[in-house]
Amino acid sequence: MAEVTLRVFRGDRDGGKAVDYQVPLTEGMVVLDAIHSIQAHQAPDLAVRWNCKAAKCGSCSAEVNGRPSLMCKTRMDALPHDQPITVYPMKSFPVIKDLATDVSWNYRVNKKIPPFQPRPGVEWKMDQRDVDRVQEFRKCIECFLCQDVCHVLRDHDKKQQFGGPRFFVRSAGLEMHPLDGASRTRMLKEELGIGFCNITKCCTEVCPEEIHITDNAIIPLKERVVDEFYDPVAMIVRKIFGAK
Amino acid sequence: MADSSAVKELTRFGSTQRRDAWWIEIIPALVIFSAFIIYATWRAFEGKFYEVGPYLSPFYSPLIDPEHHWWRFSPAILILGGPAGFRVTCYYYRKAYYRAFVMHPPSCAVSEGEHRGYRGEASFPLILQNVHRYFFFIVAVFLCFLWYDAVVAFKFPEGFGIGVGSVIMLVNVLFLTTYSASCHSLRHLVGGKVDCFSCVTLGAPRHSAWRFVTILNEHHMLWAWLSLFSVALTDLYIRLVASGVLKDIRLL
Ligand code: SF4
Ligand code: SF4
Ligand code: FES
Ligand code: FES
Repeated sequence: MAEVTLRVFRGDRDGGKAVDYQVPLTEGMVVLDAIHSIQAHQAPDLAVRWNCKAAKCGSCSAEVNGRPSLMCKTRMDALPHDQPITVYPMKSFPVIKDLATDVSWNYRVNKKIPPFQPRPGVEWKMDQRDVDRVQEFRKCIECFLCQDVCHVLRDHDKKQQFGGPRFFVRSAGLEMHPLDGASRTRMLKEELGIGFCNITKCCTEVCPEEIHITDNAIIPLKERVVDEFYDPVAMIVRKIFGAK
Repeated sequence: MADSSAVKELTRFGSTQRRDAWWIEIIPALVIFSAFIIYATWRAFEGKFYEVGPYLSPFYSPLIDPEHHWWRFSPAILILGGPAGFRVTCYYYRKAYYRAFVMHPPSCAVSEGEHRGYRGEASFPLILQNVHRYFFFIVAVFLCFLWYDAVVAFKFPEGFGIGVGSVIMLVNVLFLTTYSASCHSLRHLVGGKVDCFSCVTLGAPRHSAWRFVTILNEHHMLWAWLSLFSVALTDLYIRLVASGVLKDIRLL
């Protein structure tokens, strides 16, 4: 049976090193299968987070050959075997152990976003064309791969000032909801720091749910921030007509 | 950099664990944009060979004071700011040049080095990118002139006719219109800002307009490239004909 080498990060918060493992290749194998094989036969203490093995729970995020990916959705036969396949934890978050990272910062950011607030007296009925747009944002599985790849977090570590693409997706889902009455534009500008995003689209490139994060969430939200804070004409129109 | 203990070595500019040739993605943008900027600047300052027969170069339209009554320099300089500002502040071009020219980031999961001072578009000068929607309105006016020029390009001294130049000018204005009509700011203005189409006045037409712009917007990058090529090639064709290097072929 053909074998392939996986170069897996082993370590914790204080550091670590890459360790090579030979794994027998089986048909239809994904990277998570290979990691499980290592766990079962060679390194029972290898830490990895996973749940569904169906690209739906968002737990098995890692960097395979340097690309932020879901291990359960990355097929071994799609990777070159001439060199060891590297499997590293997500770079933007602190390592707990091996491939498991501490993503709790994301949950703290999430708490900053005002939840759904129905408009006063709203009729609980929605038109299909009004819900179609926000449906896309509900597909998010919170894998945080977009957060991992975003250079504002990855290279500049702006975790204090910037919320990251995952939370622009959530904000867009609420902000564009036909029954919601809250405004999150100030929060987007000031607390989630949407201005730090320079729309370079890496989040969109890695999203396993193929959410058009930049085009459908971030840019429309940036335009709403412009309406509210940077467009003098829109500001005057709003003052006169009170329109949204 | 972010606080991973696993990949400390990945903080240097250009470092990555990616094994594909990520830099290939930015080379076309780097080369073509540079070539376009050099060519367009040269042509705008050249101030001649912009008009021949019924054809007027898009770099010079609308043509202001060609006889130099009050403006000594090339008439293109007077109008350049509109289309240039539109492209410079376009969401797609921003992505392309932030990656290719300033390398923020050079490519996904490729380190750009750590800059504590990174502010993105949150402060001056890049906060000015938010002016993009105003450039849209300016360019909409330019498009009216370009459509007029494209129609006039079919009017020869002896009446209606079709030359290679007429076709080029028509294709160019079609690409420019599609590029402008797929703009993200327009998408927002025509309906993107509405949360509940079924609750607002004129909700149905606004939804249709938003859907239409959305369909075009899905290919905004393609329109951006096609219109960039078409505008440069249209000008080049007119320059070659006007300077006598080429002869315009009449198709009809
Ligand atoms: S588009 Fe914005 S949010 Fe997405 S990865 Fe790039 S900078 Fe980050
Ligand atoms: S938006 Fe996509 S990449 Fe980001 S957390 Fe959700 S599913 Fe993952
Ligand atoms: S294990 Fe659930 S997404 Fe991979
Ligand atoms: S976003 Fe590209 S032209 Fe407006």
